[in-house]
Amino acid sequence: MKAPVGSKLTERDVTPEAIYLNRRQYLKASAVGAAALMAPALKASEAAPSVDPAPLWLQSQNKQASSSPFSTTEKLTPYEYVTGYNNFYEFGTGKDDPEKKGQDFKPHPWQVTVSGLAEGTGTFDLEDLLKGLAVEERIYRLRCVEAWSMVIPWLGVPMAALLKRLKPLSSARYVAFETVYRPEEMPGQGSFFAAIDYPYVEGLRMDEAMHPLTLMATGVYGRSLPNQNGAPLRLVVPWKYGFKSIKSIRKITFTDRQPQTTWEKANAREYGFYANVNPAVDHPRWSQAEERRLPSTLFASNRVPTLPFNGYADAVAGLYQGMDLTKYY
Amino acid sequence: MDKVLLTRWFWWLLLLPLIFIGTRVFQVVWYDPSALGPDPAQSLVDLFGTTALWFLCAVLFVTPLQALIRARWLLRQRRALGVACFGYALMHWLSYAGLLLEWQWQNLGQDLLNRPYIIVGFLAGLMLLVLAGTSNNVSVRALGRRWRILHRLVYPAALLVLIHMFWVARSDYTEVALYSAVVLLLLLHRWRHQTKSS
Ligand code: HEM
Repeated sequence: MKAPVGSKLTERDVTPEAIYLNRRQYLKASAVGAAALMAPALKASEAAPSVDPAPLWLQSQNKQASSSPFSTTEKLTPYEYVTGYNNFYEFGTGKDDPEKKGQDFKPHPWQVTVSGLAEGTGTFDLEDLLKGLAVEERIYRLRCVEAWSMVIPWLGVPMAALLKRLKPLSSARYVAFETVYRPEEMPGQGSFFAAIDYPYVEGLRMDEAMHPLTLMATGVYGRSLPNQNGAPLRLVVPWKYGFKSIKSIRKITFTDRQPQTTWEKANAREYGFYANVNPAVDHPRWSQAEERRLPSTLFASNRVPTLPFNGYADAVAGLYQGMDLTKYY
Repeated sequence: MDKVLLTRWFWWLLLLPLIFIGTRVFQVVWYDPSALGPDPAQSLVDLFGTTALWFLCAVLFVTPLQALIRARWLLRQRRALGVACFGYALMHWLSYAGLLLEWQWQNLGQDLLNRPYIIVGFLAGLMLLVLAGTSNNVSVRALGRRWRILHRLVYPAALLVLIHMFWVARSDYTEVALYSAVVLLLLLHRWRHQTKSS
């Protein structure tokens, strides 16, 4: 089962380079008129750069990732888009803001504070928290509530393994997460006209958190998480809309009451606690029946039907048996 | 400066955003699918919408600026600015209907019902259509005094566009607040001007 992720990545590396070179030749041949006026265009590079700024212990833990039967075989969204087009409002509202404005953020050294209904409470260095946990590569679909989606090769540890290490009490029914609060490094957090409260908070029911699909991500595309994707530690819950997958986690709290979440506080009519991907529950801003799988092209939008629980229904529908999903959206 | 030259120069200014966006589309279609990012249709909707808004602000800015620098030629260009605004709004709408919605009108009905910001944008767009449609010498002459009254529609249109944007924003209102401040200042100026002169 242990297939080193690195080998897969070099394979992806080769093709794009060929495409890239072809484009260069084409560019040279057509450098006339309008083409000469244009700003140099970005080429979507498919694989991660070889430099990884994370500390060595994290790099090596990520490099040992094993592949997982939970991974999809769908075509990956190129690295450049996974890391250059996303929402991380702490860094700004534009899709390219997280990459552009996220570079001053310092994800190391990092500590996580665990509190509430657990035996293993306290503040831990990230290295100690993750020590000995096996990292896996999980290629998941990510469905944004804005009706676009990507396919992303995450690296991370199963959330269940991490939480068990913290020994939650049997009275703990929910687990809450909180993003770091550093307005001096995260310009969006200091915005006077922010429509959501910072720090960002999210939560899961205990059984959701312990589900084998739920991942505490430490990397993407064979490297440690870039700042813009939630370095150094983020949640990935593939059957829920992307906003549930809270980034740059600084606090974990076990509770017996359903925690409030950022978007629920901002607009409870539009965003619920569960936020399970559900084509049957429409959102006041975007139809959820379909999604544009990115990258999309101009005249063929790569539109695919959205599946219940983002296609993970077989694995997770049981968690919600007997619940009215139009009420608990 | 030569009046004809100025006018020509001005026309290029109106076309500049179209050239910029058009170049990107050309890139996407011919050799670099990534030139407009991973979601080119959405990028076009945003680019054209923002450009239309700029021109709307520019239209409202003409009167105070004209009073300030007394450039009468500017006043004559106001109609061109307005038509450009409508043109970009039309491209905004076409990008939405053609590229995002892909002409699936059965989805439009649902979109309109569920997403009121689209209705508001549509109303603003209709007002701009009326204004652009009467921005020619024949209409000016035919409508006479009523032309000026009709063209005050630009103010409700601007307010509707602001509401449209406000509704689209969801995590942060900084940008809407900035544009609202600009538009409201221009409206205020206009209103004071109006009450003084009438
Ligand atoms: C004719 C009907 C209209 C429709 C169907 C329409 C539709 C849309 C849509 C779908 C969006 C994008 C929402 C998103 O990003 O999720 C949008 C944004 C926007 N629209 Fe419109 N719109 C219309 C009219 C207008 C008009 C007349 C203006 C201005 C003159 C305008 C200015 C804008 C602006 C500034 C944005 C925000 C762009 C951004 O996010 O950068 N829209 N509109």
